[in-house]
Amino acid sequence: MKIITAIIKPFKLDDVRQALGEIGVQGLTVSEVKGFGRQKGHTELYRGAEYVVDFLPKVKLEVAIDDDLVDQVIDAITSSANTGKIGDGKIFMTTLEQVVRIRTGESGPAAL
Amino acid sequence: MENQIFELQYALDTFYFLVCGALVMWMAAGFAMLEAGLVRSKNTTEILTKNVALFAVACTMYMVCGYSIMYGGGDFTMFLSGIIGDGVAGAEEPATYAPSADFYFQVVFVATAMSIVSGAVAERMKLWAFLVFTVVMTGLIYPMEGRWTWGGEPVFGMYTLGDLGFSDFAGSGIVHMAGAAAALAGVMLLGARKGKYGKDGHINAIPGANLPLATLGTFILWLGWFGFNGGSVLATSSVESANAVAVVFMNTNAAAAGGLIAALLVARIMFGKADLTMALNGALAGLVAITAEPSTPTPLLATLFGAIGGALVVFSIVTMDKLKIDDPVGAISVHGVVGLLGLLLVPVTNDGASFSGQIYGALTIFVWVFAASFATWFVIKMIMGIRVSEEEEYEGVDLAECGMEAYPEFAKASS
Repeated sequence: MKIITAIIKPFKLDDVRQALGEIGVQGLTVSEVKGFGRQKGHTELYRGAEYVVDFLPKVKLEVAIDDDLVDQVIDAITSSANTGKIGDGKIFMTTLEQVVRIRTGESGPAAL
Repeated sequence: MENQIFELQYALDTFYFLVCGALVMWMAAGFAMLEAGLVRSKNTTEILTKNVALFAVACTMYMVCGYSIMYGGGDFTMFLSGIIGDGVAGAEEPATYAPSADFYFQVVFVATAMSIVSGAVAERMKLWAFLVFTVVMTGLIYPMEGRWTWGGEPVFGMYTLGDLGFSDFAGSGIVHMAGAAAALAGVMLLGARKGKYGKDGHINAIPGANLPLATLGTFILWLGWFGFNGGSVLATSSVESANAVAVVFMNTNAAAAGGLIAALLVARIMFGKADLTMALNGALAGLVAITAEPSTPTPLLATLFGAIGGALVVFSIVTMDKLKIDDPVGAISVHGVVGLLGLLLVPVTNDGASFSGQIYGALTIFVWVFAASFATWFVIKMIMGIRVSEEEEYEGVDLAECGMEAYPEFAKASS
C-alpha cells in the first residue's frame, strides 16, 4: 500500500478529484496549505509600493491506495493538475504500513 | 407682509445652515471609517477612539475660545458669550440666520480640519499626545488662520488677505491644507511606521485591513461634502442663492467623479492594477480641488479640476512615500497638495481672486499652521513623547492605548 501526497494549484482540485474518481479511487483527504517552491512567493502592489507574499496558497491531497493503482493515480494527478506553468506542485509517494477501517475493524488493503 | 417674508427667509436660511452643518458633522464618520479601513486591524480601536475624541475636543475648544478668536474681531470673549439666540432683535444690522446656527456650521469645519491629522499620524502616535495637540490646534492654530481669512482680520496687523485678492470659498486652503500642514509637521517629528522602509531604503507596502470600510468612509465624505460646499453659500432663500446652491452641489459632485476616474486610470497605467485605495483618494482629491471655488466653474470644468486633483494625488502619494513621509491614508497628499491646487485654480474661473493673492494666502496658512504645529508637536514630544514604544507598535496601539482589540475573536494576522 502507498500514500500519495500531492500539492496542487487550488483551482485544479475539481479536475483532479474527477480524474481520480474515474480510475476508481475511493476516497481522499484535502487540506488548504501554504508554501513555496521554485515559484517562490510573488510581489503585490499597494498604493504604488510593493509587498512580498512569501507563501502561496496551495491544496494538499492525500490518497491511500493499493500498489496496483500507483501508476494510474500518479498519471491521473500529473495530467489533470498540469498547467505547464511554474507552481503546478509536486507529488510525493510514501509506503503505507497499515490501514484500519474504524467502523468494521477491517485492516490491510481491504480497508482501503 | 415684507416682515413675514423676511421671517420666512430667516427661518429657511437657518434651517438650511443647520442641515448642512449636520452633513458636515457626518464627515467625521467618513474620516473615521476611511482611516479605520486603511490601518491594520491591530490599530483599529485606537484610530476610532482618536476620531470620536478629536471631534468632541474640537467642538469644545471652538466653543471655549476658537470661535471668538476667528470671528470676534477685536473683542475676544471666552465661552461664546458673544453668541445670542436671536440674530434680529437689537442687532444694528439684522442677521439673515440664527447666530448659533453659524457657530454650529463653523464648529464642524474645525473638526474636519483636525480629522485630517489623525489619519496621517495613524498606527504609531500616542493617543493622549494627539489629544493634547487637538486642544491647541482647534483652540488656537486653526482659529488664528481662520481669523485672517474668513474672519477678514489683518495678519498680525501687517496685511489683509482679502485685499490681496485671496479667495477660498469653502476651505481648500483654510480647512484642508491647514489640516495637512499640521499633519505634515506631526509626521516629520514622528517618523515612519516600523517596517515601512527596509534597511536599504526600499519602500514596503502596509496594506489596510478593511477596504469595505474605507469605501464606505469615502462615500460618507462625498455625501458630507455637499453640506461642506453647499452650506458655504450661506443662504438658500432667494432665487439667486438657491441657484448658487444648486450649482455648488452639481460641481462638487462632478469634481469628485472626475477625481475618481482620473486616479483610477492613472493608478492602472502606473501600477498595472486598479488600486481601489487610490481611486478613493482620487474622489476625495477631486472634492478638495473644487472646494476653494465650486460656484463659478461649469460642470465640465469642475470635472476637469477634479480630474487634475485625482491624477495629482496619485503622483503625490508615491512621491511622499519616496520622501519617507509615511502617511498611511494619504491625507497630506489629498488635503495638502490638492488643497493648494484648489486654491490656485480659483482665479481660473473667479475674477474676484488673483494668483498672487492665492499664493499669499496659501503661504500664510501653510507657514503659520506648519510652524505653530511643529512647535506644539515638539513641546509635546519633549514633555510626554508622541510615539509609542517599538514593542507597543508591534503589538498594536489598540492594546497599548485602549486595552482592547477591535476584533477580539479573530485570529491574529502574521503582521
